[in-house]
Amino acid sequence: MEIPEDLRYTREHEWARTKGTRIVVGITDFAQDQLGDVVYVELPDVGDPVKKGESFGVVESTKAVSELFAPISGKVVEVNDPLSDAPESINEDPYEEGWMIAIEPSDPKELDALLDAKAYRAFVEEQE
Amino acid sequence: MTNPTGWKPSMEQDARPGPGLDGAPGAGGATRGLVHEEQLLFERGSTGRCGVSLPKVPPGQEPKDLPKELVREGVDGLPEISELEVIRHFTRISSWNHGIDTGFYPLGSCTMKYNPKSSEALARLPGFANVHPLAPAELCQGALELMWHLERALSEIAGLDATALSPAAGAHGELCGLMVIRAHHESKGNPRRRVLLPDTAHGTNPASAALNGYEVQQLASNPDGRLHPEAVRAAMTEDVAAIMLTNPNTLGIFETHIREIADIVHAKGGLVYADGANMNALLGVARPGDMGVDVIQYNLHKTFATPHGGGGPGSGPVAVKASLAPFLPLPVVVKEGDAYRLVTDPRERPRSVGRLREFWGNFAMFVRAWALIREYGPEGVAQTGKLAVLNANYVRARLAGTFNLPYETDSLHEVVFDDKLQKANGVTTMDVAKRLIDHGFHPPTIYFPLVVAGALMIEPTETESKETLDRFVAAMQAIAEEAKADPDALHAAPTRPFRARLDETRAARKPVLRWRPGMKVE
Amino acid sequence: MRYHPHTPEDVRAMLDAVGAKSLDDLFRSIPEPLRLKRPVDVPPALDEIALFAELGRLAARNDVSHPPFAGAGCYPHHVPPAVDQLLLRGEFFTAYTPYQPEVSQGTLQALFEWQTFVCLLTGLDVSNASMYDGATATAEAALMATRVTGRKQLVVSAALHPEYRKVLATYLRSTHDELAVVPFGADGRIDLAALEKAVGPDTACVIVGWPNFLGVVEPLPEIARIAKRAGALTVTATAEAVSLGLLQAPGALGADVAVGTFQSFGNPMSFGGPAPGFFATREANVRQMPGRICGATLDKHGRRGFVLTLSTREQHIRREKATSNICTNSGLCALAATIHLALLGRAGLAQLARLNHARARLLRAAMERAGCPPVFSGPFFNEQVFDVGDAEAVVARLAKRGLVAGAPLARWYPEHPKAKGALLCVATELHGEELIDLFARSVRA
Repeated sequence: MEIPEDLRYTREHEWARTKGTRIVVGITDFAQDQLGDVVYVELPDVGDPVKKGESFGVVESTKAVSELFAPISGKVVEVNDPLSDAPESINEDPYEEGWMIAIEPSDPKELDALLDAKAYRAFVEEQE
Repeated sequence: MTNPTGWKPSMEQDARPGPGLDGAPGAGGATRGLVHEEQLLFERGSTGRCGVSLPKVPPGQEPKDLPKELVREGVDGLPEISELEVIRHFTRISSWNHGIDTGFYPLGSCTMKYNPKSSEALARLPGFANVHPLAPAELCQGALELMWHLERALSEIAGLDATALSPAAGAHGELCGLMVIRAHHESKGNPRRRVLLPDTAHGTNPASAALNGYEVQQLASNPDGRLHPEAVRAAMTEDVAAIMLTNPNTLGIFETHIREIADIVHAKGGLVYADGANMNALLGVARPGDMGVDVIQYNLHKTFATPHGGGGPGSGPVAVKASLAPFLPLPVVVKEGDAYRLVTDPRERPRSVGRLREFWGNFAMFVRAWALIREYGPEGVAQTGKLAVLNANYVRARLAGTFNLPYETDSLHEVVFDDKLQKANGVTTMDVAKRLIDHGFHPPTIYFPLVVAGALMIEPTETESKETLDRFVAAMQAIAEEAKADPDALHAAPTRPFRARLDETRAARKPVLRWRPGMKVE
Repeated sequence: MRYHPHTPEDVRAMLDAVGAKSLDDLFRSIPEPLRLKRPVDVPPALDEIALFAELGRLAARNDVSHPPFAGAGCYPHHVPPAVDQLLLRGEFFTAYTPYQPEVSQGTLQALFEWQTFVCLLTGLDVSNASMYDGATATAEAALMATRVTGRKQLVVSAALHPEYRKVLATYLRSTHDELAVVPFGADGRIDLAALEKAVGPDTACVIVGWPNFLGVVEPLPEIARIAKRAGALTVTATAEAVSLGLLQAPGALGADVAVGTFQSFGNPMSFGGPAPGFFATREANVRQMPGRICGATLDKHGRRGFVLTLSTREQHIRREKATSNICTNSGLCALAATIHLALLGRAGLAQLARLNHARARLLRAAMERAGCPPVFSGPFFNEQVFDVGDAEAVVARLAKRGLVAGAPLARWYPEHPKAKGALLCVATELHGEELIDLFARSVRA
């Protein structure tokens, strides 16, 4: 299971990557493995506000629906539109092609409260 | 020649029995022998054929008086097929199905008992099949009398006072029951906000509550598989409209504390709704009304053997205590002297929640259910419940040890195992279910209830013989052995049916939900 | 009891295996005070001969000697025997919802064909695997429109089937969506000016009958234009599906959702149920649709097969957030309709629809000769409202002759100025010229 060192993580298995002033968000390798084949993803529109810890969309496999939780508050500035036609990217490449949204954070310091790779790895091992 | 189904002779290999299955118990049914490929109706190319014989439209009577832009010449894409071709088409595709008439169908929570052929014949009597719902009462006294008797019998069997027959299925009955509960609370000035549900509930329960505008609060059941009074007491406030319970619950376990739970709920002005999906366990043995239940829906397609029909029609009559009867939906049948009459005018029942569907209910299902109740009689009703419970307990006793029992508590009409023992070899509930198909059995309900990881929920029903159960047990034992010896073979199951495991991911990612002219469906 | 295979020896052996002394022992988890101490009070058991005598007695108390002249949402049509022969195949009627696709390909392919028929007849993109009936399908369409648009107001025509309207009102009791009713004019069609006023920025959808309850064909293109301008969906409800063989597909005239019942295809009236409700809409709304949906896919050898799909909308997965609580639908009724439509085909359906329209015109001429003019001037399919003087009296009088004369409109529209005389009557392929003449003469006799 892949857990890149340079990302931050939530306990709901989202990852957050700082890219300039933006925070790019997706779900982790562990999460995609637990879901199985992703068949559909529902994401917010550009401009929508998101709030840390609150749902910003859903991801579906054939037999389950999971909510996606924002790792940080702010405004959606970009959405990975190709995912609607190719949700399999979330399974195949969760940290790159499978990214979901980019957020312009209202308080970048919120990021500090997230898990680092080591803590997330420990958390996942505990879950298993 | 086009071959839209992609069938190739080399695939015949897969139609042969898997390893170790020769002479397997229960083998047979639709999965062996000659199986025909069959196109979609719409993939047939002929024009000019027709499968009906109708009077001609007299010359000069073509529709001229309709606005041109609102009329069409014909519906493009409709097939043109002779009667024999239609018969063969549906006969062939029917052979790809497993039904109760084909073999054992222990689908938990669904009560797949034998569907009597008498009931089918009776429902087709012209006097029942050809009655119009708006026929004047004097022309449909037989239909009304039948509904009146059925209403009385269902009220009696549930230990309640009045029953609305109109709900179309179990979930529709739940919706109806909750509407009645809401109307009751509204009449007291406050509809209340929440419905309590144990974590073993059917998915329809929370969906029906939400459709009624109620929030759902889930209660954890205890390690014995039961809901305990403490959990209810802690959650019960005057904001709670009702608790929804299935009894026996979806683990097949009787909610022993039902009376105390009902008292707790009633003390705060709440009501007790029972999901009657599992009524088969209690038939003639115990009555929900005697346990403090205020409202219950029947599933006539489960308990009284009206056919499931590949997904319906059902029928979900709702029985209630006398105090709730004024809120029941219309119509209700009343007997006045020797005559029967439908009450449809809300002025006669001003507190009714209203109408839940068109006309009076799934009447053809009432005929079948009433026929079965008449054939049962009082002893048959009770014997049904007892033998259903015996069959489930027999399967439980025979398979305990081979499959893990997550709950040791007594079972009634169904038993839930899981895949804990097989998981050690990487074999899951899905593999077990799919291999059962190769043995000629329909799989049990799987992965439900959600409180059991890898659940295998088995409900044999009373119409199955000991020999059938023995064959099923032998198949389950063989699969458990195979899980140890050759787990990979199980992942490849089923190998015998007309189609191997189907790609559900593909279906959901790129939905193809209908045929279109010129389209290749795959 | 022929359905209970257990011999006393079987019961003994099985109890031994279980470790119980008696059948009653198996119920020890039910506290003693909760057990029933007496037999349930239902009539004594009947053998099969007595059973047929008793239910035959009840059936004989229903007079079905003539096809009814009442339609009003449930229609007398000829069902070819081939339909019932196939329905009685146990593989179809004793199967459950096709959760295990490998052993349910028959049901699944038939559902895929049903969905295709629904789409072809309605001119829409996608259909589900059936609903309970036309009325609940209409209520579900309204609820879907509120989800799709995020709006709370529903505008319905007063000429929408009154039972559909009542069921919709029942479903809305707890959602508190607002229901506005638009009147119809002297021609029986919706009052377009009133519709224009009724729709607004909060309108989720406009619901009309196609044809409407009065038997009249609505100006659907104009209705859809008005709805669309306001950003609302147009929903059509069709109770008499044979009309779709003559009338243009609602989807082609601007409807976004088409619902109703296909009872007219392959399903006897059976005192009003069961019948296959249908639900079709545009592709964009597919994830907001209620109910089960069948889709095509491949098996692991690349052969075509069918599965239930997009299940995450449904109650067994999404629970309280599901698009509907529906689980069991009307599968077998949908199969009956599918078989009947396969037999009819393109030419047969066109002929059946034209025949129905021709019979309705025969009825109109006969009723006019008998001094019972039509009440509404709008175009019709196979149902019309006639002024018979006193509709309830006519119904009562003809009942004495074993005839179901029609549906007196005053039961649903007591305030309408012509309500007293208004009788809604249908003529189908079952109503031959002689019967129509007899009926028209009897109405005024």
